[in-house]
Amino acid sequence: MLKINLSLLGLLFSLVQIYAQSFIMDSTMLYKKKALSFEEANIMSSYYHQEGNHSAITGGVGTEKLSDFANVIDLKLNRYDGRGKKYTYGAEFGVDYYTSASSDKIDMKVSSASSSDVRVYPSLNYSVENEKTGLVLGGNVAFSKEYDYTSIGGGFNFNKKSKSQNTEFGAKINVFLDTYSQIVPSEFRANLPSRQQKKGEIGNAARNTYDLSMTLSQVISKRFQLALTLDFAYQSGLLSTPFHRVYMNDGSLLRENLPGSRFKIPIGIRANYFIGERLIIRSFYRYYQDDWGMKSHTAHIELPVKVSSAYSISPFYRYYHQTAIDHFAPFKENLVGAEFFSSDYDLSAFASQFYGIGIRHTPYKSIANLFSISQLELRGALYDRSDGLSAGIVTFHVQFKGF
Amino acid sequence: MFIQNRQHNLGLGFLVVSLLWLTSCSTVKPSEKAYLSDGEMLLTLRKLEKLEINFQLYREGSAGATGGKSGGGCGCN
Repeated sequence: MLKINLSLLGLLFSLVQIYAQSFIMDSTMLYKKKALSFEEANIMSSYYHQEGNHSAITGGVGTEKLSDFANVIDLKLNRYDGRGKKYTYGAEFGVDYYTSASSDKIDMKVSSASSSDVRVYPSLNYSVENEKTGLVLGGNVAFSKEYDYTSIGGGFNFNKKSKSQNTEFGAKINVFLDTYSQIVPSEFRANLPSRQQKKGEIGNAARNTYDLSMTLSQVISKRFQLALTLDFAYQSGLLSTPFHRVYMNDGSLLRENLPGSRFKIPIGIRANYFIGERLIIRSFYRYYQDDWGMKSHTAHIELPVKVSSAYSISPFYRYYHQTAIDHFAPFKENLVGAEFFSSDYDLSAFASQFYGIGIRHTPYKSIANLFSISQLELRGALYDRSDGLSAGIVTFHVQFKGF
Repeated sequence: MFIQNRQHNLGLGFLVVSLLWLTSCSTVKPSEKAYLSDGEMLLTLRKLEKLEINFQLYREGSAGATGGKSGGGCGCN
């Protein structure tokens, strides 16, 4: 009898334990079975200013003075389905306002419409993450509009983490279908119908970009991780800029003409190492090559130092070097009779240095128990290009996180 | 083909060495990832770096492999 009672007691304990476990599991599921909730929002602003004397609009000579004020806001919401899947919904909206002295020279007689312009660029993204399998599938759509340029884009992304969560592979495909409303310099408007002469518009042209990006990330040790990225990008359509002037070696004036396709292969490696308790090394190297004859090397290092639990200071330095495309020549040096020609110094051979410092504050200050200010960051940097172009940029970021 | 053999071999070698290196690492448990989880250790661009990359994309002839924007928008001024 005693044996039976003990057995029954054991059975009862087992049932209670199973019930308790199932209750705990259900609680976890219930905890994650949420309605749509706020995950994160970011507000970013930047002010950029450049000075130079090699404007492509005036044939590789003339001012490149330009200022750009950019503002971007993004929002991320998520929900769980109670079966280990996380759904993330993202939206971003950006507005740039810029003034460009060189754009004012498209029409040499009167101020051009694009001497100042506004660019707006909203985008939406969506992803589903299976937290059990480490698989993420997602997609995005993007739009960008400025005075003479419209871009519609979309893409898919796939990410898979290993069981140990130490290795991750990601692939991303993006397509951008752009439309160029071609505006030609004033010297090329004489034969246009009178209605088109003032603006210099000669019709629309397409520019399409197809981009495949693959990244393999790996944890090497408790303090060291790296990522290898390989891209394949193909562009087709009008890849020259319709209002870029080119003065040939006989003094004649033409509009820039570049091949109708371009294939690019960049490969990059990013490695981050945590030294001691305060110093981190963030590093990046990229090699790039395309079928227009350009090759480039980029090396970037950043050294964030944690000066306290809530503040870090990050000095950074970037060195960049590129060779010229096959079709570049300076003012009055492009050969008459050449099929393709450009005097755009962005496509010339040069080296550049970019250096600055950032300060980051992570206050985690709660606001009305709804969300917290999780991060404030301010960065300032200078940019020097060996052809004489110099620039400065100041950026600011505030991040809010949901509970 | 614009990729010359020498550069092709260099790229392939880089990839093979990297893959060998990556697959020879020790396993780090989730509880040991305190340093790796730090915000500064992320293997992606900082939010503000995307704005910096944006102007570099326009002022330089090459782009990509940064996880940032690689198309769309003109930037021709």
